Parts: sequence; C-alpha cells; structure tokens
Amino acid sequence: MNALRVGFFLAVRQIKRSSKWSTILIIMVMLLTFLNLVVVSGVLVGLIEGAVRANRDFYTSDVLISPLDEKDYIENTTQILSVLKTIPGVTNTTARYISSGAVEANYKERSRLNEKKESVGTLIAGINPEQEDEVTGLSSFIVEGNYLTKNSFDEVVIGSQLLTRFFPIESPGFATLDDVFVGSKVRISVGDKTREMTVVGILSSKVDEVARRAFINESQLRAMSGRNDFNVDEIAVLLTTNAESQAKFVKEALVRNGFSDDAKIQTFVDAQPKFLQDIKDTFALLGSIISSIGLVVAAITIFIVIFINAITREKYIGIMKAIGVTKTAIEASYVLQSFFYAIIGSALGLLLVYFVLVPFIAANPINFPFSDGILVAPAESTIFRLVLLVITTAIAGYIPARLITKKDTLEAILGKR
Amino acid sequence: MIEGKNIKRTFVNGKIVTPVLKGIDITIKEGEFVAIMGRSGAGKSTLLYQLSLLDTPTEGEILLNGKDTSKMSQSQKTVFRLKNLGFVFQDYALIPELTAEENVALPLIMQNIPKLEAYAKAHEVLASVGLEGRHTNLPSQLSGGEQQRVSIARSIVHKPAIIFADEPTANLDKASADNVIQILKDISKKSNQTIVMVTHEEEYGKMADRIVFLGDGKIENI
Repeated sequence: MNALRVGFFLAVRQIKRSSKWSTILIIMVMLLTFLNLVVVSGVLVGLIEGAVRANRDFYTSDVLISPLDEKDYIENTTQILSVLKTIPGVTNTTARYISSGAVEANYKERSRLNEKKESVGTLIAGINPEQEDEVTGLSSFIVEGNYLTKNSFDEVVIGSQLLTRFFPIESPGFATLDDVFVGSKVRISVGDKTREMTVVGILSSKVDEVARRAFINESQLRAMSGRNDFNVDEIAVLLTTNAESQAKFVKEALVRNGFSDDAKIQTFVDAQPKFLQDIKDTFALLGSIISSIGLVVAAITIFIVIFINAITREKYIGIMKAIGVTKTAIEASYVLQSFFYAIIGSALGLLLVYFVLVPFIAANPINFPFSDGILVAPAESTIFRLVLLVITTAIAGYIPARLITKKDTLEAILGKR
Repeated sequence: MIEGKNIKRTFVNGKIVTPVLKGIDITIKEGEFVAIMGRSGAGKSTLLYQLSLLDTPTEGEILLNGKDTSKMSQSQKTVFRLKNLGFVFQDYALIPELTAEENVALPLIMQNIPKLEAYAKAHEVLASVGLEGRHTNLPSQLSGGEQQRVSIARSIVHKPAIIFADEPTANLDKASADNVIQILKDISKKSNQTIVMVTHEEEYGKMADRIVFLGDGKIENI
C-alpha cells in the first residue's frame, strides 16, 4: 500500500514537472486512440443505424400494420384505427392504400403506336396528405414542386428513384422515366384504370420504400382501384416515445384485441429489414477490428514513451533503489503515469464524443449514398472501450518500467549496459 | 558496526577476468568516521559498494550491525538500505523532478511517515545543512555545493546507522567541499552515526577518524 503511495507521490511530480508539450502530445495520442476506438466503429454502425432510423421515421413509424401474407389488404381497418385511438401512447396514425400500378411519361411524344412506352411499374400509394405528413414528415422530402393537399385531384408526387435524372441506373430490370419535371403530365395506371395526372412534386428519400413510390390522394386511388371497404394496406402508427417497449405495448394491445388475425402487426424493430441488422453487426465487427489495431498502436506508443522515459531516468531509478525506494513503488509510479495519460485522454475523448461529435453529426448527418449516417456511441460500449484502453495503457506502462527496475541497482547508477 | 571478511570482487567480461578486491578484511566501529583512500583504480568505490550492499561480493561476507548480509535477497537489501543506510554520491544523485524538500523527504515517505511530518523533518534537516529557505528549489535551481548538501540531508534524514559517501567533494569547489566535509564531520560527532567516505583528496581524508588505504585490491595499512 505504501509502495502505491510513494508511486503516486513520484508519478504526480514526474507529470507535473515534465515537459508540458510531451505531456500534451501523449494525451493527444490517447485522445486520438480513444476516438479511433469509439468513433470508427460508431460511424460504421451509424451508417446503418441512420438507414434503420430513416426507415422507422419516414416509413414504418413506431408500429407498422400491414396485410397478412395471404391477404391483399388489412381487414377490419376501421376497427383497428378506432382501437388505436384508445391505446395510450398513440399520437397519430396514417393509413395508406397501396396498389401495384404504372407511371407512363412522354406518351405525347410517341409518334407511332408500336413505339415502346416509357413506363415504370411501381407502387401507387394513396395517402391522406396531412395525416401522412404528421406521421412521417413526407412533405419534407419534396425536392421539386409541392406536396399534395387534401384537395389534390389528378395530381401526383413522384419518388426520385423513378426518375432517370435522380437515379441514373442502366439496368434492364430497373426502368426509370426520362424528362419528367414538375408540371409534366403522366399516366397513372391502377388495374384497368388509367388517368392522366400532373406531377406536382418530386420527393427524394434514402428510404427505398418512399423514394420508389408514386403518391396520390387516397380518395382517388380508392376510386381507381374500386376499393369501397376502407380497408387499407399499411397503417403506420406514431407513438409518444421512440422506446421499443412502448411499441411492443401497442402491438400487444392490438393482438389482445384480436387484430393479429386481420393484419400483420410489427414494431419498428420487427419491420426492420433483416439485412440492415446483418450489415450493422458486420460493420460493428469491422469497427472492432479497426479499433483493436488502434489499441495495439496506442499500447506500443505508451510502451515506447514509458520505455524512453524510464531508460533516460535509469540512473535515477538506480539511485531511488539505492536509497530504499522499492521496485514496486517505482513501477507503480510508471503505471500511474500511464493511467493518468489514458484517463485524461479518454476523458477529453468522452467530452468530444458526447458533447461535440454526437450532437454535431446528429444535426449534420454524414451524407452516405444510402443513408444519413450518424455517430452511434452507446454508453455501455464506450465505457467498455475506455476501460479496455486504460487497462491496455497501464500494462504498456508497466512492462518497460518492470524491465528497467529489474536492472542491477549499481549498474543503473553507474550507467553500465 | 561494519565487518567485512575476506571480501573479494572479480569482474568478468567475456574472457577478461579482472579481480578488483582481492580479500579485504575490515572492521569499522559504530560512530567512526572512516575515509577510504587510494590511487585511481585501487578499488575504493568497489569496496564502498560492497559494504553498502549496492553490489554483491564474489566471495567473503559482510556483517552490518551484526547482521549477515550475504543471505539477503535484493528486496531485503533495499529495505535494509532504507532503514539503516544513507548515501551521498559524487554527482549528488538527486531526483531531478523532486524539490529539495521532496528529495530529502523521500526516504521518510518510503517508510510510511505522513507527508507533512516528512516535509517538516526535511525542512529541519535542510536547515541544519544551511539550506533554509531553499526547500522548494528543484536540483537544477541549486548550485553543486547546495545539491550536495541536499544529498547529505537526504542521507541523514531517516537517522541511518551508517552513511556511505562516495567522493562527495569531487565535483565541488574548495569552499563547498570544505563545507560538505565539515557537515559530515559534525554529523559524525553529534549523532554517533558511522560514516564511510571514499575520497582521493588527502586533505579531506585526514579529517576522518581513520584512513583506510587501498592498493591493488588490498588494504595497505590501517
């Protein structure tokens, strides 16, 4: 215990009276190592987490109700919507009619009947524009033109992935429309009904389910598809909190009411595409591998720093041993110095991550092609990494100190090799 | 009391075997101030290192205050040095990042004495060697003579039975060297501590109670 006390006494004075620049440099190395440990994997995971969150915020919302596999629509939609209004925590809902259909453009330029139509098959979503906007903020994705209103008739908002100028992919199985702008006339076909509509807006989203659809007013789609039963194809339910537990609670309430026989009821986690979770796990693994390399580099750096420090102070270590300072006390002084560097570096890293990087990246997501990447740094995994860094650093500080203190006292004093 | 019997120390470097101490018998009484002298390479410092447990003789035995040191482990020797021995080195050997008071207090802190008490004692001892008011200075802020006095203060602060001084005046000007020797002499007189000093300066050797001359690894006369 006293060895630790003496080690602390020596460590404090060594740090206090060593070169400020070298101390700052070592702390910077530890800070960067900590950031490497936390941020690299955090960004990799955040890249997918961004997609997951977008999928939830802009498509599924907190609970998604969709048709059973063997059905084309959600049965008892009206009752489900009524019950949803009574479940605590439900803020809002949006009900969507979805029909397979096609969008045809530039048909007026066709000079011959046998000329190939410029048409794309897609899902036509019939929505209540106000409800949809309140739940998923759909209007915020409009990049050209305007969003639908409740009075929109023969007006369509088209997802950018249906348009060549936004999504220039040349693939035989993936058609897109050329020269479609706000104000262009397009033909929307649902079943055997076709109507000419005006493109009032174009929306762009990194959620495929949103960007690859065409949106019209629900009443018009109902009329075109001949649906008079008010049974819809998707209900997205927005809750007061984004906790998974609340989503589960709402799902269970619906199941208790027997609606699992009428529809598939999924929380946002259930509705999340499995490949996203798989990629997230893979990226987390990749992040851990990269971080491990960073950890080894930090350990080597600290080893070198402490080794050089100890070797240049070999004579004084010898003198301390000569006057009765034990090896344990001297080793403790180096381990405590390493602790100091690791803890200060990590503490600065924590401040930087949680008070600068996380809020900054949340406000200004990284623009990846398929998601708006955020920085994911869960507290428990960050603390684990911090502890790992501190322990590794302490070991990296102990080994060179041990090597030097093991040396014969007299040889150390006389500087013999 | 120090008793050395048939102390031999041979250094082996590859095929080169160099016997430095060739069988030394020495006895130094409690409270005695002994100077070890001899020409360069005679083995003065080597003998001091054996007697002070900084080195291990190739042969022979050393008893310090009646305790056989030959069976002690390195850790036991470190603890023994802490409790019973004090050191003054030629180049002062102060820890550069510790102030004068911290350097002096270190052996006390190592003996688990509370820091404030250790500092108070360090102040007292520093004052006794004429360094009152210099306790917060780092070694680099002190002259050679002052550093050597700090080193002496460190060697006596824990009241060891024996103080070993290896050429304590070698790096000092005449006035500082005189001062250092006078301090050692005073310690010897006042506190009954045994002092073993290696020196090549006859003038200072003569200030000891006794001079041990070494020549070619053996004691020439006592």
